[in-house]
Amino acid sequence: MDLSQAYASMTGDLANTMSLLIVALAGLALVVFDAFKNRHAATPWIAGLALTAGFVFEVSRIGSAEGMAYYNMLRTGGSAAFVNALVLGSGVLSVILTAPYLKRIGHNIGEAYSMILFATVGMLVLGSANNLVTVFVGLETMSICLYILTGFIRSGPGSTESAFKYFLLGAFSTGFFLYGIALLYGATGTMDISAMRDTVADGGSIVFWAGVAMLLVGFLFKVSAAPFHMWTPDVYQGAPTTITGFMSTASKTAAFASLILILNVALPGERWSEVLAVFAVITMVLGNVIALSQSNIKRMLAYSSIAHAGYILVGLAAGSADGYSGALFYLMVYTIMNIGAFGVIALLEWDKKEGSEQTLDSLAGIGYKKPLLGWTMAVFMFSLAGFPPLGGFLGKWAVFAPAVEAGYVWLAIVGVLTSAVSAYYYLRVLVVFFMKPEDAQSGAAATNFVIPKSSAAVLIFCVVLLFLLGVTTYAIELTGSFF
Amino acid sequence: MEITLNWYLTLSALLFTMGVLGFLFRRNAIMMLMCVELMLNSVNITLVAFSQYLGDVSGQILVFFVMSVAAAEAAVGLALIIAIFRGKLTVDVTKINLFKY
Repeated sequence: MDLSQAYASMTGDLANTMSLLIVALAGLALVVFDAFKNRHAATPWIAGLALTAGFVFEVSRIGSAEGMAYYNMLRTGGSAAFVNALVLGSGVLSVILTAPYLKRIGHNIGEAYSMILFATVGMLVLGSANNLVTVFVGLETMSICLYILTGFIRSGPGSTESAFKYFLLGAFSTGFFLYGIALLYGATGTMDISAMRDTVADGGSIVFWAGVAMLLVGFLFKVSAAPFHMWTPDVYQGAPTTITGFMSTASKTAAFASLILILNVALPGERWSEVLAVFAVITMVLGNVIALSQSNIKRMLAYSSIAHAGYILVGLAAGSADGYSGALFYLMVYTIMNIGAFGVIALLEWDKKEGSEQTLDSLAGIGYKKPLLGWTMAVFMFSLAGFPPLGGFLGKWAVFAPAVEAGYVWLAIVGVLTSAVSAYYYLRVLVVFFMKPEDAQSGAAATNFVIPKSSAAVLIFCVVLLFLLGVTTYAIELTGSFF
Repeated sequence: MEITLNWYLTLSALLFTMGVLGFLFRRNAIMMLMCVELMLNSVNITLVAFSQYLGDVSGQILVFFVMSVAAAEAAVGLALIIAIFRGKLTVDVTKINLFKY
């Protein structure tokens, strides 16, 4: 292949990966812009508009056929476009929520937005990677930006400590992930995920399965599945709240999308299915049971997000096309409800420590004082618990039904039982919000703030989407058409 | 005696295990960071050995990415360690225990 040919194919690829380029260039531009105009009001606007432009581009490409870009390094169109749209949409909502939040807590740091953009670039690469090299690069771009985002409030001990824990354990898991890649490469002779399938037909060698195991450890760490979840509560509690919403949704979406691709394309077969089922059970039980005893609401939501990773793993354990598309649908619903829930919590913080020490009881009676926050939180909690007619119910059905079809009836039963347990701690939030007499001190302080219009719009938007996802089948049919 | 692929893989596995054990048993944050670097670089040996053995260049390309990622991680990690040290005057990870359970 000569140079002009390579150039021609490259320019075609540039047009197909426009969202990636827009977000990356906007991130670079913001770094420079912020250096000259520190804390300028336009910074969040630039970030939000770049993410929105990427989102619109990817949504317009969801219906198009799946293709490859950059010599089979990235996938474009189809499910990759769906995952990218999900990541970018989560980024847009997070930026809108983050801008007033950072101003209110007095840490209006411009770099936060460029870091959100770079983390999004990493997630886009990870979510659409078709080569283990790009998977690694995407994963690390995302992770390193998230370490920084977790710890950018340097004045308080909570944020730094959680970033430090996230960094140490994240780097440790990266080692395993990388060793997994190296062993898979040695066993199959290729880094290309779609080319791996043909080389493992004979059952695979010990090197191959060791590689798969180590790769799984890396992935399960990133999606905070038990027993690799230890970092999650600390990090989610210490990180700035809207950033917690961002990384609990977008990074999980990207990592799960990559895991689904590897399971579906490179490792067809039944042998890892039971392994994933075991991890799903441990994750669901552990997340839901420990969440019961949490008094800090951010920590409770962290354990709840561990439990939700377990539900998604149920869909992956099913190992069928329905299971994978169900997992993608669940990720979409989960993104909307979790960003909404963390958005409400971000507005209800007045302990001056990014909510890291605020107990649930200090929010008593807030549902009547701030009806918008109370009622939107009610919708998010009911959806997280899986009540119809909200998106959470349809999402749970989408991951449990394929598991039953694949013969994992016991897995679905555990899932339903642990969801029933989860109703207790989700509804306890509402009991505290609406039925407890308010605390004289904190309640009075709570009513002093005005809900920013942009945040209110995001919360109402999430509520409307959750109702739409719960009563219409458009999205679930869309994800069903990918595999 | 001829040096074969297995020699490199064994060396790499030994170094990786040293890194893992060091990470698990050391309590000094900087030593833990160095153990992570040891893990990443031991994998580089595996990658280069496989790449040479298979006659395929993509393993060595990943090595370059791993080196740059390791550098970026060290930069962020050391910055975080300094931020922790300013507040606590220690880098002993057993003393960094604001959040528990």
